[in-house]
Amino acid sequence: MGRGSFIVDRIEIHDTLFTIHYPQIMNLTLYIWRQRNAKDKGKMVTYMADDISPDMSFLEMLDVVNERLIEDNEDPIAFDHDCREGICGTCSLIINGRAHGPEKGTTTCQLHMRHFKDGDEIYIEPFRSRAFAVIRDLVVDRSAFDRIMQTGGFITINTGSPADANALPIPKEDAEYAMDAAQCIGCGACVAQCKNASAMLFVAAKVSQFAHLPQGQPERMKRVRAMVKAMDDEGFGNCTNQYECEAACPKEISVNFIAKMNREFLVSGLK
Amino acid sequence: MKLESKIPSGPLATKWERYKFESKLVNPANKRKYDIIVVGSGLAGASAAASLGELGYNVKCFCIQDSARRAHSIAAQGGINAAKNYQNDGDSVYRLFYDTLKGGDFRSREANVYRLAEVSNAIIDQCVAQGVPFARDYGGLLDNRSFGGALVSRTFYARGQTGQQLLLGAYSALSRQIGAGKVKMFPRTEMLEVVLVDGHAKGIVVRNLVTGEITSHAAHAVIIATGGYSNVFYLSTNANGCNVTAAYRAYKKGAGFANPCFTQIHPTCIPMSGHYQSKLTLMSESLRNDGRIWVSKNKKDERAANDIPEDERDYYLERKYPSYGNLAPRDISSRSAKEVCDEGRGVGSSGNGVYLDFRDSIKRLGKDVIAERYGNLFQMYERITAENPYKDPMRIYPAPHYTMGGLWVDYDLMSNVPGLFVLGEANYSDHGANRLGASALMQGLADGYFIIPYTIGNYLTAISRDAPTVDHPEFKDAEKIEKERTDKILNINGTRTVESLHKELGNVMWEKCGMARNEKGLKEALNKIPELREEFWKNIKVLGTNEEFNFSLEKAGRLADYLEFAEIMCQDALDRDESCGGHFREEHQTPEGEAVRHDRSYSHVSVWEYQGVDKKAKLHKEALKFEEVKPGVRSYK
Ligand SMILES: Cc1cc2nc3c(=O)[nH]c(=O)nc-3n(C[C@H](O)[C@H](O)[C@H](O)COP(=O)(O)OP(=O)(O)OC[C@H]3O[C@@H](n4cnc5c(N)ncnc54)[C@H](O)[C@@H]3O)c2cc1C
Ligand code: FES
Repeated sequence: MGRGSFIVDRIEIHDTLFTIHYPQIMNLTLYIWRQRNAKDKGKMVTYMADDISPDMSFLEMLDVVNERLIEDNEDPIAFDHDCREGICGTCSLIINGRAHGPEKGTTTCQLHMRHFKDGDEIYIEPFRSRAFAVIRDLVVDRSAFDRIMQTGGFITINTGSPADANALPIPKEDAEYAMDAAQCIGCGACVAQCKNASAMLFVAAKVSQFAHLPQGQPERMKRVRAMVKAMDDEGFGNCTNQYECEAACPKEISVNFIAKMNREFLVSGLK
Repeated sequence: MKLESKIPSGPLATKWERYKFESKLVNPANKRKYDIIVVGSGLAGASAAASLGELGYNVKCFCIQDSARRAHSIAAQGGINAAKNYQNDGDSVYRLFYDTLKGGDFRSREANVYRLAEVSNAIIDQCVAQGVPFARDYGGLLDNRSFGGALVSRTFYARGQTGQQLLLGAYSALSRQIGAGKVKMFPRTEMLEVVLVDGHAKGIVVRNLVTGEITSHAAHAVIIATGGYSNVFYLSTNANGCNVTAAYRAYKKGAGFANPCFTQIHPTCIPMSGHYQSKLTLMSESLRNDGRIWVSKNKKDERAANDIPEDERDYYLERKYPSYGNLAPRDISSRSAKEVCDEGRGVGSSGNGVYLDFRDSIKRLGKDVIAERYGNLFQMYERITAENPYKDPMRIYPAPHYTMGGLWVDYDLMSNVPGLFVLGEANYSDHGANRLGASALMQGLADGYFIIPYTIGNYLTAISRDAPTVDHPEFKDAEKIEKERTDKILNINGTRTVESLHKELGNVMWEKCGMARNEKGLKEALNKIPELREEFWKNIKVLGTNEEFNFSLEKAGRLADYLEFAEIMCQDALDRDESCGGHFREEHQTPEGEAVRHDRSYSHVSVWEYQGVDKKAKLHKEALKFEEVKPGVRSYK
């Protein structure tokens, strides 16, 4: 909308609304990781992105750059994306050193250019980690997450006729706690931001969701052991309590779940 | 083309029970001898693949995303319907059936819709057992909200992320089967062809999206669950990758395409803001529980929303439809929004919006309650528009969202091609000319968890158990055709980008075959689409090679199919010379602008049969018989 094209940020201080004005159109310098395939060595390449509207999303900005590249007969930049509304977990990118960029609790597809300003230099790299190989440019292979899920990220119940959904009341706080954990979109930002490339937050979220629901109890110990083992086998690193994962998580999933999982894991060893 | 609906005889309420009893069962020991292909891992595909794997079948499941968990179902926000009547507000299987049939403007099959309502309750039980954290009340029981087109509260939800939680439930069941070796998953793999051997679907040809390799897979039966085609409009609420390719390629192999013109334009989306826009974002219909929709009574009112006094506001839905008010069904709400904008009363600088206002409910319930109910949606709105909906009303406008049309299926969910089943949004079965909110998730999971596991047995027991093989010439031929097609696209070396041509197609479809349609416009579209198709095959520009990760090539392939499909959509809209549900033909309306149906001529499913690219498709009709409910004028007043 017209309004958004020049009012870029509004901040509230003591109930008073301040409006920050930025110029309408920005010119940016992008440094982007280009790598043709898994075997290619890859390098950073510089692109000028002119006439960028602050109302564009970050991915729309890259769309515009790509259209221009194609017009110039250059291969467009490959990046993963799908829903473009912050829920499918497909988009990624390390933007200026931060997974999903500078805004807290925001996926790259929901990050808008109004958070940048004219003349900015932006470094764009893939979600790099030992367990996430680069497929092309900014696209990585996150299938390790799926394989972890296959070892225990479920409740064993066949499709059939379970008890009535209301037969077993679940306290609202427990349901909310489970939902807080279940919000994970599996994007891998936690791994990409962690200097150890640890997948603890991802695994802990699933373990905690089920550990907090009555339906998850029978397999509780088995699940945590299986998932932690799978995580180690996939080559993810250890957690050394840096909490970078929580800071990078677009769904702001709490590191408290990691503590919860550690307790679960300890107890499972005792049983 | 033979269209046999195979609806079981007997009273409506006992048809499904009877069907199940009379079904032929596959000996449990023999199930492992059957291979089944499931294309799609959304709610429909994942639930089907998991359930069939649990039963012992060998399943191969394909999806285009890098993980099954990212299917577009993940984006559903609002909720899922079921006839539990937990709220004691008068709901029942019959009422859910009736509401769905009426919501669809009496253009769907009674028996299918009744079955959907009947299995709805089991879905909720199943999901809770999987650990889906639905919203609960303080007593620990499941909470409900209301959706459009219903006067009961029957929608179950998990904050604003119901689709995510349901899909993660189905994905976890699927993951368990993958871990157990019963399902083999093929992510980043796109289905290009369904292969017929002796007239039966016996496999598919796919392209590996990472390596470009084109290969074949054979099976005893093929299930397509590849979602809807709203992206024919370019801008829609759907994810970027949503496509018509799988369904359309099946159509080209002889499967009937039913009611392609029945598309749903969702009333509450964030209006478009610029030419670079890549998608439109939905603001869940659940917001209409507490938000009031209005525009100024005056044209071109430049005042800020909060400066417009109460008596100068027109709460047009409440005024026109006093009993349903802001919860009028989607087609009606969308059209009303278009009407007020066409009158020049739209809001926002381009005038393409109406207000969705929470002022009164914040006053009544407090900001905290509203934040608890819709916090994440408000946050998403603010992120995109940089406006604060707690203070200023949201601006919303209709956007393409869902497609009721799809491949024709019988009561078994099998298309007219034997062995080819179609589930979820990809089929046309249950929503008639308009889908009610929170019913797509219900249908996807009904199809996958509770219907296909029963109906597929009837087909499998009738065919040979011999191990399927890709050694038929049909597979090699299909692979060759696909390779030639990709080569052809890569060798055009024109000047037109895929995005820009797709945008142009979308524009034509939105203008001529969108919220309102008329004969003149549809004929113009039918002239224009072949031109765009020609432009594609003469002038498209796709760089790179086939043997690599090449998303321009993927997109080009999908656009090529949309460029053919768009034609049957317009053809269907032209042929259906009546207004019903989401299909509004301007020629057929009351003086107040309400849709006028013509039951005598159009109480049928229109099923199109492929005749060749530049040839007009052939129309077949399945008459709709209403034994239980007498189609009436759909009133929400
Ligand atoms: C923003 C949004 C919000 C919604 N909210 C609600 C709601 O609150 N309640 C409700 O009931 N409904 C809602 N809907 C509708 C509902 O989400 C969808 O209709 C439903 O999820 C479709 O499920 P599906 O399994 O049929 O298809 P999808 O979930 O779209 O899955 C399609 C699958 O097919 C795969 N696929 C596609 N093409 C190919 C190919 N060529 N080869 C291989 N694989 C392929 C994809 O990878 C994917 O796995 C919403 C829709 C949108 C867009
Ligand atoms: S594209 Fe789906 S979360 Fe970003």
